[in-house]
Amino acid sequence: MPLPGPLKNFMRGSRGGQPAGERSAAGAGGPASRQPIGTPAFASTTRPSRGIEEFFDSIRDQSGLTILDLGSTSQQNVSFITNLGHRLYAEDFLRLLKESFGSDDPAAQSNSGSIDYFLHHALEYPEGHFDGVLIWDALEYLAPALLAAVVERLIKIVRPKGYMLAFFHSDDKLESVPFYTFRIQDMKTLQVAQNSTRKPAQLFNNRSLERLFGRAESMKFFLTRDRLREVIVKM
Amino acid sequence: MWNKRREEEPPKPISQSIVPTPAQPAPNPIEVKKEATTMSSTPVRAFEPENRGGATIGKSVKVVGQIFAKEDLYVDGAVEGTVEALEHKLTIGPHGTVQAAIKAREVLALGSIQGNVEATERIEIRKDAKLIGDIRTARIVIEDGAYFKGSIDIIRPEPAKVAPKPPAPAAVPAVAVPMAAAASEIKR
Repeated sequence: MPLPGPLKNFMRGSRGGQPAGERSAAGAGGPASRQPIGTPAFASTTRPSRGIEEFFDSIRDQSGLTILDLGSTSQQNVSFITNLGHRLYAEDFLRLLKESFGSDDPAAQSNSGSIDYFLHHALEYPEGHFDGVLIWDALEYLAPALLAAVVERLIKIVRPKGYMLAFFHSDDKLESVPFYTFRIQDMKTLQVAQNSTRKPAQLFNNRSLERLFGRAESMKFFLTRDRLREVIVKM
Repeated sequence: MWNKRREEEPPKPISQSIVPTPAQPAPNPIEVKKEATTMSSTPVRAFEPENRGGATIGKSVKVVGQIFAKEDLYVDGAVEGTVEALEHKLTIGPHGTVQAAIKAREVLALGSIQGNVEATERIEIRKDAKLIGDIRTARIVIEDGAYFKGSIDIIRPEPAKVAPKPPAPAAVPAVAVPMAAAASEIKR
């Protein structure tokens, strides 16, 4: 049975939009392991994360919740979340984005047909299905039309009083931003590995983020030392 | 002595037939050594990193339908349908493409799987493997670089409920004491 669209190369052993030469033999994981050959290696650091702390504080006393992770799948994150007794859904969002729209092409991300198609493959879940979503920094790479559609869909699939955690670079004048992978070390700590730099589709300030998640019940912002804005959105 | 034996018996591709059954008397040391020699001299095994045993679906084979395995199964070809190896290990080789619902004791994915997977003991998804589907398992290992889309449900092994209740006799006096105490209080 032929698979549609972004999944069409799946059974042929393709790695989607990722060229074979970009695979690394071993790495910190997910996008971290996709470092192009010949580029300098970036260090992995561990730092406290108020965003992670706040996110897991909100679900600390519950188990059996449904969490969606939009980052690339990693053993660390899977183990951490499932050990808390939650059910984890994994969706390699940026990989699917690249497979669907090519690399960093804002024009392609504005086509409404393509947007519907992408949403169908990436975020096709029942309404109110998730108790929490780890978005990480995925939204920074979406052009405005796609971003609006994705946020609307996220709001739909997260239950009321559910939480989302998203990261945005705080410097809104950057041409390119560090491209990170995030691994949950513990309830308050993140392991952050920079793989490369990448051109964001748009950058945000607090005001624009408030507008973006206008339907949220509340939002909290935490600024980190590495100039990331960690945002907790409560629906 | 060993070379003579090798000449007498041509190497067998699958070692299943030479595995001693439990009903047999305890094998003497000479027989054990003979098995080891046979396995290591099989030329095919020199290319395999793991000693698989069990059944194999080769990379040029396509199976459409239901597979029920009562031994370990290695799939390096294409399978569409369902695969059940409830008490055994299922390995999807690097060339394997499986579009099927899978139930097995243990699943090792090196190739591509599209379908829900239930691995009662453990599932391991290696670096270049791809899995689209929902996973139910007791333990999961995902290597960095593996592609996974779906949900993960960890099955917690239930503690043995049918075990005899040793504290029961001890519980009787423990309950009886306060009751007696309470009764004496009432009398007072």
